[in-house]
Amino acid sequence: MVSTEQTISVTINGTTYERDVEARKLLIHFIRDDLDLTGSHVGCDTGNCGACSVIVDGQLVKSCMMLAVQADGSNVETVEGLADGEQLSKLQQSFRDHHALQCGYCTPGMLMSATALLRSNPHPSEDEIKKGLQGNICRCTGYWNIFEAVKAASE
Amino acid sequence: MLLREVGYARPGSLGEAIELLAADDGARALAGGQTLINVMKARAGSPDALVDLGRIEELKGIELGADGTLEIGAMTTYTEIIESSEARARPILGAVCAQIADVQVRNRGTIGGNICTSDPTNHLPPLLAALHAEMTIQSSDGTRTVPAADFFLGVYMTAVGPGELLTKIKLPAGRNDGFAAVTLGVEGTCIVSAAASANGSLTIALGCVDAVPVVLAPDSAEDDAIRTAVRAADLDPPSDVHASRAYRRHLAEVLAVRAARQAQGS
Repeated sequence: MVSTEQTISVTINGTTYERDVEARKLLIHFIRDDLDLTGSHVGCDTGNCGACSVIVDGQLVKSCMMLAVQADGSNVETVEGLADGEQLSKLQQSFRDHHALQCGYCTPGMLMSATALLRSNPHPSEDEIKKGLQGNICRCTGYWNIFEAVKAASE
Repeated sequence: MLLREVGYARPGSLGEAIELLAADDGARALAGGQTLINVMKARAGSPDALVDLGRIEELKGIELGADGTLEIGAMTTYTEIIESSEARARPILGAVCAQIADVQVRNRGTIGGNICTSDPTNHLPPLLAALHAEMTIQSSDGTRTVPAADFFLGVYMTAVGPGELLTKIKLPAGRNDGFAAVTLGVEGTCIVSAAASANGSLTIALGCVDAVPVVLAPDSAEDDAIRTAVRAADLDPPSDVHASRAYRRHLAEVLAVRAARQAQGS
């Protein structure tokens, strides 16, 4: 059945949301505008910057290059799901300790990419860390402190 | 809201997908979406309806035949190819997929989407042309197979017609392959690319120098013969902000030799 609007059910950070969405709505806009989970950012809206990165069914994706209807039935993880209450994840704490952010705009995407990397590869080589963050652009830090933070979190 | 209003369907079977595509001239297949969704944002393309192939199991997976032949479902992602033990029967395939864009794109982008886009800067059209791949195309009338040499018809145009779907890509056995490219940044879009296969006689396919991959069969596998074959092709690539016509012609020779050397293990 072809239709311009569908009812979808998506589980985000453990909470299941059922909503009517237009087929043309991007997953990032569903997450931010419909569900008010504004941790994931829209940077470029062209699939280049990675600020909108989230994990869908265990796979890191850019949520501006996926329709919300494509996530129907999926399990999505966003940056809001990383901390346990006030307790930061080891990676988040490492970002803080290593001053791995300046303006912070890219940080949610960086955290999700690094989380996905460390899950599939808990002790990545330096090269593997760089490749794991390849899809995420940061215009402040020069990447070095982000790299150091991920490296420290993997040790 | 960035996209124009669009219809959407997520069929569970191949037959249903083909029916939906055949029923509406304005309907387009949605594979991984890593090109199409951006094209729709820019309004460079505005399909009336999207037929999402994401949950059709028949289009996924990699099979390795007893004779070393690989059959890859069109909806198999780059990441699945990179991680597949079967795909290692043709090692160049995973090696090239690992050079495409970044983790996020590799997790969603598919082999079928890459070649059906027929973007001259994509990695897989020249690679599959050099490897003598064969594409299976299905419609309500049945299936047909098209060799890679006849599959790419122009920029954004392939042999897949209205009401048809690419379902699988078949690769013959072989391990002596190579790929070389000059890209926009590490693992970025290709400026010029060359793929080589030296299983039997040497085949070279050049990317980004014409609307479709330019397939060459040099007289021998010597560097000079390869350079002569590239020159004889009288390439007329476009100039753009990344490279002039003359520089692309130069790169085509250099990269053809590099890819051929890799294919021959030297």
